[in-house]
Amino acid sequence: MKARVTVTLKNGVLDPQGKAIEGALKSLGIDGVDSVRQGKVFDIELAGADKAAAEAALKAACEKLLANTVIENYRVEIGA
Amino acid sequence: MKAAVITFPGSNRDGDVAKALKQAGAEVVHVWHGDTELPQGVDLMVLPGGFSYGDYLRTGAIAGRAHIMDATRAHAARGGYVLGICNGFQIACEAGLLPGILVRNANLKFVCKRQHLKVERNDTAFTRAYAKGQAIDVCIAHGEGNYITDAETLARLEGEGLVAFRYADAQGNVTPEANPNGSLNGIAGIYSPGLNVLGLMPHPENLIDSLVGGTDGRGLFESLVGSRKAA
Repeated sequence: MKARVTVTLKNGVLDPQGKAIEGALKSLGIDGVDSVRQGKVFDIELAGADKAAAEAALKAACEKLLANTVIENYRVEIGA
Repeated sequence: MKAAVITFPGSNRDGDVAKALKQAGAEVVHVWHGDTELPQGVDLMVLPGGFSYGDYLRTGAIAGRAHIMDATRAHAARGGYVLGICNGFQIACEAGLLPGILVRNANLKFVCKRQHLKVERNDTAFTRAYAKGQAIDVCIAHGEGNYITDAETLARLEGEGLVAFRYADAQGNVTPEANPNGSLNGIAGIYSPGLNVLGLMPHPENLIDSLVGGTDGRGLFESLVGSRKAA
């Protein structure tokens, strides 16, 4: 089973890297960019086929390590 | 005073902090991150500076989940002293020993320079050799030293006097210009509610010998060891 975990900064948390990327995009002349927020994507391969168990394991992974919930939100998507 | 300095993969200031502690009169033992128990009779656990696990994921995130951190949390819960310097502060936050998190410096630059700090209080085991409000001259060297936390936690830290050090000018004035990384309220270091855990971004262990330009860092180690009393 494949899963994707996306970790993003919470609203209101300053993202200097996103700001720098936003500035670079604007200087490249790419139009219509209002703002950029940088995040992280984890593609994870899971053993077993139990979707509920996988979801629980990934939630634990996010809470314990992948995200720091002081500043970050996470989203878990489980594929086939 | 018996101190245990923990070495993580990528720690690189463990030798310097051990030297500072020995100079102040402490007995120092070295502990590996994969160990699960502390040596007998340890009073102080030190999380040294460096770049544990190459700063992968988030600074201090992986080291904060190392086996030895269970023993460190138990030591802190018993009232034992814990000192986290630079990457050690980041590890302490990730391990839940201290609230908040250190994120990328607001100006996106790795800052490596001399820096004055204002000592907020001198009635703790870490600062009794300093004067309250004293400006001490130490070093900073970090890319992720921007301390942030939620408004409620910040209010608690300020209300309970848990801010240990703030970035300041040479006269001890805490100003936006003296803040090198965008930290909230100029915070350079914080205590746990029991005042037995201290995390700070600056490196007091860099300034312990006049040969390298200053000795203001010695006060912290001498405070801990008890070899120097009130300034």
